[in-house]
Amino acid sequence: MSAPAISVESLTGTTSSELASAAVKSGGCASSSCGSSRKPDDMDPAIWDKIKDHPCFSEEAHHYFARMHVAVAPACNVQCNYCNRKYDCANESRPGVVSEKLTPDQALRTVVAVANEVPQLSVLGIAGPGDACYDWEKTKATFQRVANEIPDIRLCISTNGLALPDHVAELADMNVDHVTITINMVDPEIGAKIYPWIFYDHRRYGGIEAARILHERQMSGLEMLSKRGILTKINSVMIPGVNDEHLIEVNKWVKERGAFLHNVMPLISDPAHGTHYGLTGQRGPHPIEIKALQDRLEGGAKLMRHCRQCRADAVGLLGEDRGQEFGLGRVPGEITYDGSKREAYRELVAHERLDHVKAKSDAIDVVKAAGSGKSLLVAVTTKGGGRVNEHFGHAKEFQVYAASPDGISFVGHRKVEQYCLGGWGKDAILDGIVAALEGIDVVLCAKIGNCPKDQLAAAGIRASDAYAHDYIETAISAIYAAASGAPASAATA
Amino acid sequence: MAFKIIASQCTQCGACEFECPSGAIKFQGENYVIVPEKCTECEGSFDAQQCASVCPVAETCVPA
Repeated sequence: MSAPAISVESLTGTTSSELASAAVKSGGCASSSCGSSRKPDDMDPAIWDKIKDHPCFSEEAHHYFARMHVAVAPACNVQCNYCNRKYDCANESRPGVVSEKLTPDQALRTVVAVANEVPQLSVLGIAGPGDACYDWEKTKATFQRVANEIPDIRLCISTNGLALPDHVAELADMNVDHVTITINMVDPEIGAKIYPWIFYDHRRYGGIEAARILHERQMSGLEMLSKRGILTKINSVMIPGVNDEHLIEVNKWVKERGAFLHNVMPLISDPAHGTHYGLTGQRGPHPIEIKALQDRLEGGAKLMRHCRQCRADAVGLLGEDRGQEFGLGRVPGEITYDGSKREAYRELVAHERLDHVKAKSDAIDVVKAAGSGKSLLVAVTTKGGGRVNEHFGHAKEFQVYAASPDGISFVGHRKVEQYCLGGWGKDAILDGIVAALEGIDVVLCAKIGNCPKDQLAAAGIRASDAYAHDYIETAISAIYAAASGAPASAATA
Repeated sequence: MAFKIIASQCTQCGACEFECPSGAIKFQGENYVIVPEKCTECEGSFDAQQCASVCPVAETCVPA
């Protein structure tokens, strides 16, 4: 396989749309470990149809499609110990953080502006700050306006679940077919350590009673969604010493109630964020602790491993955030939807994906046929599209894949600071990147200079740009076959 | 007999506006304000003041 012969530029006649070309040329990756990344051939076609262009519900889709969040529903009915409602920072990327709140009309203009410029856009989500189900009128008004203008955009919400049962019927009516519920406990005693209070039925509840009500509403909401065939993702914040072991129980409960995916996320805790946990010194889990828990959860509800814990107003592919480009000040007062870029991109992706599925399957065969008992951890830099197409110095994250006799699977990502800024590499940053790549055997990128290559080699990590623009799996299979001493016949067709 | 909002602490989430049973809260200029003539402190409607009960910041919806 090779770089695609056609680009979005050639289809749309635009030359300035860097992002379109970058996205398509970058190619897609594939994985088999992450529940959402299963191949179409072992998945119910109706479900595949729902997730194939949702980057958060399908690991495979996240290489091709982008989401955007609009912060239209700032009111919330639950106080969580990991949330500070006063927080607002343009340079932070984590859930609940947002630069400007939008009215439904402002949100519509922003969505149209993004849809006109970001061809990968497939999903509009309302994900805080605040709760999309509690601040319902604004959520509903936004979805109705956007669906009217851009009928094929997927609508998605994220909620704490407390008000969810009141709105399941309306969600179904509005064709919202993806819902994320944050469920951190199924035991109210544990819940009382996470939620100081809730506002429910016109009064404030605290302690175990609050957690019990929240738990019952979450379970009931989840069951109602499952009954209607609305796909659900359960987000759980892993809080060491509070609910870490307990999340195994949570996974069982949500699986029994039809959850489609379970996403275990690390607590983000810093005194500077002003959250209760931040101020009281509650630590977040180490990456190794998250991975250990995720591994123990294999076999339960399927796991999402490609979450980037994005901002509440994020725009773009999961690894990137272009939200700043579409601030209200930059969106015209009147704007008309032009779907041409999105349509052209979709056609191209449909073609590209078939090619990718084939390449991926061939690559997995190569790895299995290598007859080696080895496991290899490979870190890849990509701009999307499932290809090795990002320069080492431009990468803000590495996608990590495991190659073993079982095949090739996506295992997660590691965030780093960008090494190359304005043409110069920074030594201190490089040290950080080498540290972040601990345990990695091979780094694959589109281009890498001698200096970082040598420093990685000194740390026992081999870096290569020999597979630039290949599909990620194809490149990995070639590396794996070479490391096993087997011929890499199908690897670089 | 009315409540008021301490503007410097308000996150402008707007929950109080739609929870208020008297329609006494509105966004005016750059802040949410409680119209004292309309505020009943929820007497006759609820046991606790709705604005103060839902407000995410302590001591922000307080007696005027």
